[in-house]
Amino acid sequence: MSYDEAQGYVVLSTLAQPLLAALIILFIPATRKMAIRYVSLFFATLMLGLSVYIFTAYQIGGDSIQMEISWAWVENTAFLGPRGISLHLGIDGIAALMVLLTGIVAFAATLVSWKLDYRPKDFFILFWVLVAGVYGTFFALDLFFWFFFYELAVVPLYLLIGVWGSTRKEYGAMKLTLMLVGGSVLIWIGIFAIFNAAGLHTFDLQQLWAAGADGTIDRNTQKIFFPFFVIGCGVLAALWPFHTWSPDGHMAAPTAVSMVHAGVLMKLGAFGIIRLGIQLLPEGAEFWMPGLMVLGTIGAVYGAAAALTQRDFKLISGYSSVSHMGYVLMGLATMNSIGITGAVLQMFSHGVMTALVFLMIGALYDQAHTRDLRDFGGIAKVMPWWVVCYTIAGLANVGLPGLSGFTAEFHIFVGTFETYPLFGGLAIFAAALAAGYMLRMFSVVFFGPFNPRWKDRLHDITPLEGVAASALIASMVVMGVWWAPFTDRVSHTVTQLVGVTG
Amino acid sequence: MDSRPYWIFIPEYIAAGSAVAIVALELIFPKMRRELLGYMTAVAGIAWAIAAAFYVGHDDRTYQGLLQVDNFTTYFRFLAAGIITVTGLLSATYMKDKAKTASEYYGLLLTAGLGMVLMAASRELITAYISLELLSFSLYILVGYLKKDALSSEASLKYILLGAFSSAMLLYGISLIYGVTQSTHYDGIAQALAARDSGTTPAVVVGFMLIIAGVGFKVAAVPFHMWSPDAYEGAPLPITAFLSTLSKAAGFALFLRLFTTAIVVDAVEWRWAIALLAAITMVLGNVLAIQQKNLKRLIAYSSIGQVGYMLVVIAAIGYGDQEIGRNASSALLLHIAGYTISTLALFTALTAYYNKTGHDTVEGLRGMAETQPFLALIVTVSLFSFAGLPFFAGFTTKLFMFQASTTDELMWLIGLAVVNSFVSLYYYLMVLRQVYLFDPPAGLARFKLPPLMMGLGGLLMLGVLAIGIYPGPFFEAVEHATQPLYQQGADLIVKNP
Repeated sequence: MSYDEAQGYVVLSTLAQPLLAALIILFIPATRKMAIRYVSLFFATLMLGLSVYIFTAYQIGGDSIQMEISWAWVENTAFLGPRGISLHLGIDGIAALMVLLTGIVAFAATLVSWKLDYRPKDFFILFWVLVAGVYGTFFALDLFFWFFFYELAVVPLYLLIGVWGSTRKEYGAMKLTLMLVGGSVLIWIGIFAIFNAAGLHTFDLQQLWAAGADGTIDRNTQKIFFPFFVIGCGVLAALWPFHTWSPDGHMAAPTAVSMVHAGVLMKLGAFGIIRLGIQLLPEGAEFWMPGLMVLGTIGAVYGAAAALTQRDFKLISGYSSVSHMGYVLMGLATMNSIGITGAVLQMFSHGVMTALVFLMIGALYDQAHTRDLRDFGGIAKVMPWWVVCYTIAGLANVGLPGLSGFTAEFHIFVGTFETYPLFGGLAIFAAALAAGYMLRMFSVVFFGPFNPRWKDRLHDITPLEGVAASALIASMVVMGVWWAPFTDRVSHTVTQLVGVTG
Repeated sequence: MDSRPYWIFIPEYIAAGSAVAIVALELIFPKMRRELLGYMTAVAGIAWAIAAAFYVGHDDRTYQGLLQVDNFTTYFRFLAAGIITVTGLLSATYMKDKAKTASEYYGLLLTAGLGMVLMAASRELITAYISLELLSFSLYILVGYLKKDALSSEASLKYILLGAFSSAMLLYGISLIYGVTQSTHYDGIAQALAARDSGTTPAVVVGFMLIIAGVGFKVAAVPFHMWSPDAYEGAPLPITAFLSTLSKAAGFALFLRLFTTAIVVDAVEWRWAIALLAAITMVLGNVLAIQQKNLKRLIAYSSIGQVGYMLVVIAAIGYGDQEIGRNASSALLLHIAGYTISTLALFTALTAYYNKTGHDTVEGLRGMAETQPFLALIVTVSLFSFAGLPFFAGFTTKLFMFQASTTDELMWLIGLAVVNSFVSLYYYLMVLRQVYLFDPPAGLARFKLPPLMMGLGGLLMLGVLAIGIYPGPFFEAVEHATQPLYQQGADLIVKNP
């Protein structure tokens, strides 16, 4: 077996881990709660290790797509030609970073779910299926499997939120599921049309990408179906005005699901825009990107403004996610390499940062059973470590230099100013608003007069939560201080995309 | 070559013989345990399938040009045998103390299956009609088998009256086609239609429409669906499963054989009607399903929606070239298999649950995840399969079916179908909401399943997963099954522009 083949198996086994975890837990009796947790932790750690390995093993300067593995699934049957559908996995620089993100967030979410006591068996099965869907989407280089895993990541959410959620969970779960699957409907229609238009008799993404670039998929078709993919994926990336599931869904979701959902799942949407929009339909992208820029900017400003007016922790984070994903969409819409690189960095940065924020909110809510800002005050006195972690997340959110948010947003702003100076100005305005809502929260909740109601009722974060938080904080700091490993990998791939300017 | 090869129907002799034997057995031993008859039916089904296996891949043989045994027929033999085996096993527990006698019930299951196989094998309109009536009459009685239950009797009466009406339409259509083409043989019709001057003849168009209406009634396409929710609700639970799998598969067997060989020549005259029918069927089926409180009615409307998706393929046969027709037909056969297995899995779970709790409403499933997690899992898997979510058969088969049917003219219909499968997810989630989000009603504790039900449900669930995860071999198998439809007279068929 050559080195490259062996690398392919690493990718395959990373995808297999969460499914294996779900399968093993399926056969553990529901009453053996500790066994279920240890199995989950074991696999989470393994996945974290594999993800870090995949990220570091990605060769800067090598082929754009590395660690490939391809198994024919269905071929030479009916409308499918050779390699019609194959389990074709591999990573490029963008996927490498996203895989790292998934590993970190899934690990942290597992630790946080340790104290979950209501039907942990069902919870972890669904949770690992969700994670498998996320990994699969990042790895897949076959349109059929890409969509397969994309849908797979959405399926378990209804039950995860509906059963284990809190505030208005049924409403939130139903709204979220319907909106996300509604987005998939558009993708599905787009897939049928593009497969038909390309006429290659294969779902292989690399061949389809080539067909999109050399005009086999004609210009008009590209223009018509680009919005299908971008709006379809955009729903998951909280593209304004299709973002409304995000605040409700996040408010309802249990902590670990919020973490994975805001941390990783929303990135699937932006990732889909890269894979199916920019890479598959470059001419459609060229035509429609100004539109995406407008919507992204509205999302960034609107999300930040809405977060200013909210009083519920989770709603603030929900809207702040809309705002940050707005930056991601802006970065993608610039169609220049620094902007898109920034967008991908922001996907990572927002992922770890939001996961940390939801972790902290969960730690507080589990004890206080309220998330209203006005119920708190002077929390720093009773939960010092909690405040430290939350502050770091908040500052990354605002874009403080030295943390990941700065690196990402800086790239995006530079990219935006290059092509759309006006929108660049608006983006910076949104960042200023972010400082507004974060600092307001700091002053009201963390400091200020201590609310005696919480005396002896709030305890600081548990060691497990501490470990989870440190993993997230570490990745934020590394990316903020030494971003070369991140930017090199991403821009290595981004500069090779068709239609992307210097 | 022997023009009357009686031996090609050996599997059917086994089925018919078993039907007679089962009826006779209860006459001779009136005191025998009725479950035994159910198990015997299941055994007969398995024997039927084994006998059918010997016909796979052999040369196509016809009996007098009326009935043809080829891979297509054999595919429906397997389907019929499988459905009867599962229904027989489900009925064994369900019908235990529901009716005084049971032998006719099981005998009729087998004759209904025979009707379906003959519908698939028919290459002549009158034979096809008689086969369809064999299926229909068996079903009329089966639906009304619970004589003391007013709903069951009402359902049966409605079904018979509307069924008779649709038979009349079908017959009128057949006679019109015969009047124009001077033949009732599929080949003869195709030749006559091809030789005819181009140009629309009202008799041909009306004939096609009446045939579509007649078969459309059988598969419960809107607007010929009125009988189906009532029949589903009134029928015994296993018969509801039987209706939603066997009678639909049978209708599509007839559709496929007739439309691909006999009247594809004149596709311009009927394809718009099928596309329209598909659109109305899927929209109305799914929209009406949303407001259903009764689980059987919900499934009735959801299966009407499924018929809408399947009709897309028939429309594609009309709109596309031969290549598209063949691909779409094989994808349809795969979808029918996936849909059948998912439906049977769902009904296995519902029957097992009903046997224990007596509930068959949506509300009645409340807290199922607590009282019987395994059944809850089966319900989830089959409903997600209907909705077309990945890992389950529905995702793959629907994707194949719609992809194979995609032509420029039909893009709107494909889009509509995808939107509809999104609508369907909503009402499936409403069912799962009861299963997972609520506590079980007071007094209902966790219970154990009989091993038979557990094994059957598990097996069917594995089938759903197998098609969903690794569809390759299944897809190749159905491609062989579609082959015979497109070899006959391929040179003859010159499509109108």
